[in-house]
Amino acid sequence: MKYVEEYRDPAKVEQLTRKIASLVTRDWTIMEVCGGQTHSIIKYGLDELLPPRIHLLHGPGCPVCVTPSEILDKAVFIAAEPNVIFCSFGDMLRVPGTVDDLLTAKSRGADVRIVYSPLDAVKIARANPEKQVVFLAVGFETTAPANALAVHQAASWELENFSVLVSHVLVPPAIEAILSAPGCRVQGFLAAGHVCSVMGFHEYEPIVEKFKVPIVVTGFEPLDILQGVFMCVRQLEEGRSEVENQYARSVKREGNRPAQELIRKVFQVVPRKWRGIGEIPASGLGLRDEYRKFDAETRFVVPEVNASTGSECISGLILQGFKKPPDCPAFAVGCTPEHPLGATMVSTEGACAAYYRYRSRKQ
Amino acid sequence: MSPDSKDERSMQISCPLPVTQYSNVLVAHGGGGRLMHDLLRKVFFPAFANELLGQGHDATVFGVADAARLAFTTDSFVVRPLFFPGGDIGRLAVYGTVNDLAMAGARPLYLSAGFILEEGLAIDSLWRIVQSMASAATQAGVQIITGDTKVVDRGKGDGVFINTSGVGVVEHQLQIGPRSVREGDVILTNGDIGRHGISILAVREGLEFETTIESDLMPLARQVLALLEAGIEVHCLRDMTRGGMASALNEIADGAGVAVTVEEGLIPCRDDVRAACEILGFDPLHVANEGRFLAFVPASHADLALSTLSRVTTECTPAIIGRVTGSGEAGVVLKSILGPNRVLDMLSGEQLPRIC
Repeated sequence: MKYVEEYRDPAKVEQLTRKIASLVTRDWTIMEVCGGQTHSIIKYGLDELLPPRIHLLHGPGCPVCVTPSEILDKAVFIAAEPNVIFCSFGDMLRVPGTVDDLLTAKSRGADVRIVYSPLDAVKIARANPEKQVVFLAVGFETTAPANALAVHQAASWELENFSVLVSHVLVPPAIEAILSAPGCRVQGFLAAGHVCSVMGFHEYEPIVEKFKVPIVVTGFEPLDILQGVFMCVRQLEEGRSEVENQYARSVKREGNRPAQELIRKVFQVVPRKWRGIGEIPASGLGLRDEYRKFDAETRFVVPEVNASTGSECISGLILQGFKKPPDCPAFAVGCTPEHPLGATMVSTEGACAAYYRYRSRKQ
Repeated sequence: MSPDSKDERSMQISCPLPVTQYSNVLVAHGGGGRLMHDLLRKVFFPAFANELLGQGHDATVFGVADAARLAFTTDSFVVRPLFFPGGDIGRLAVYGTVNDLAMAGARPLYLSAGFILEEGLAIDSLWRIVQSMASAATQAGVQIITGDTKVVDRGKGDGVFINTSGVGVVEHQLQIGPRSVREGDVILTNGDIGRHGISILAVREGLEFETTIESDLMPLARQVLALLEAGIEVHCLRDMTRGGMASALNEIADGAGVAVTVEEGLIPCRDDVRAACEILGFDPLHVANEGRFLAFVPASHADLALSTLSRVTTECTPAIIGRVTGSGEAGVVLKSILGPNRVLDMLSGEQLPRIC
């Protein structure tokens, strides 16, 4: 399979891991930001191929994991309203709110549909003028352009029956929050390649300047990740801290300008609550006033929910790189993908789910 | 929901209360993964418990007085769309049951066919489905000897649901099933995985790929009987339907109480299927097949099994994919193409397309 197999070539992987090993003179702790990268690392066992002095921590970049339970409670509430078609990306359906997930709402009769693109939800709205169609607009900068386009299209078609429940989050403020937390152990970052293909990487330059940590824009295939680690370790060993671009086949410094313009046209930067972490100022996107009529939270009267917390789950500490999944007493005991206690167990990109799926639970 | 619960920590480390039990049936309860197995283990098996059901196999083998041993199985088919590239619900209903009989090493003989039709179904569609069943039965060497038809109100069905039950005769003395699996057994697949699931999904969700991926639907009895006729001491067979290869391997490992290791690099999967899985965030090992099975045979019979399968199968290429590496601790390990081992688990619920 072209453009995939080249990046999974066992001989090249071995070459690169040897190069990394010859570079390392001391312990380094690196965080991969994105859940897709975590998934690749655990699936292919990349952490086992790296020298033992390289410690990988799993970051908060799983959009499913960090969407707060209040949003899911609102989603379940809206989905159960009469005359509503509730549309979502597939993997949000199993994420529990305070009580229920959307799959349970569906089994009780709510019209919950999986879409592959938010534009499909707009099409459904157009085809069902008698129904209210709501799309759960979550994710990082990666999904923001398509979600913005959906709202923009609904506006230009003057659709009265389309709205979005928004919980968009941004990567750079999360990296800053992690670096600012007392006791932060992260010495370098692998930034998420697809986020940067939209936003570019100039946003990371002030962070590198302020915190003196290297950030390497990195892809998702095994060789991408290992090369990202190599570039990050090389900077650390040489005492440099710069933004470097491993994922040059997709990412330019300035990113995708038209996509950014679309995001800015529809969304504005707002404070957001992150599941497991709490509120981070200026860390999310919300609809601009001009598009407020497409906000599902104004279209529906949704009760405010104060989500209660589970005591055992340590997903917040995992998302910030303080703990790893097997450190949790509930891991694989009270908490499994069938009955997750925390969102990191739900999404296939969540660190706990990746460990559960791919690692022996008997360790 | 608990709007009155006050938690002073809600702005710090927050996490949801567990959804400990589902109080309604979810689609995932039929998905072939862990939820479905929970349902079988907790609801059906305890209620109907008997020794024959306890075989835990695709078809149950039983004796009738001094006569030959028979195999009996049943399956229901609720596929949407009714017609898909490489097959339709009728062909699926015949082959699905024939294949379950084949997995007990039986020669399929007779089927029943029960139809639940939804008011409004086009007679032309029904006719095409029935014609397809007739041709599939001929191809699989079985006769449909009894049946039933019911019609439900519009909206109470999905066009047509079909149930088929099947009887076959067991002409060998082997005990084919998880309990016969031994340490050292070699595991074969009769062909590449994932085509059926991706083919159905592509039509259902209106996904367009550069090529049309056709279902791998085919009758398997001929391949299985060829193995038996070649004198291969078949220990276990399992078709890799819902839940895919991963579920089949886990079911056998659990049932046999053995550790199984398969090599990712040896598992055949077509490029177009793998590409579709990459796009959707699926693992081909979890994708459904309808004409693929696993065979567990003693290591000394592995080469003969491979050459026999290659001789009788023209549509796909059989392969040796792994072996039974130990007894005592049940589980499936996948050796990744890059070297490290990982657990290969059963799918949890449904495969859900990823957000990004």
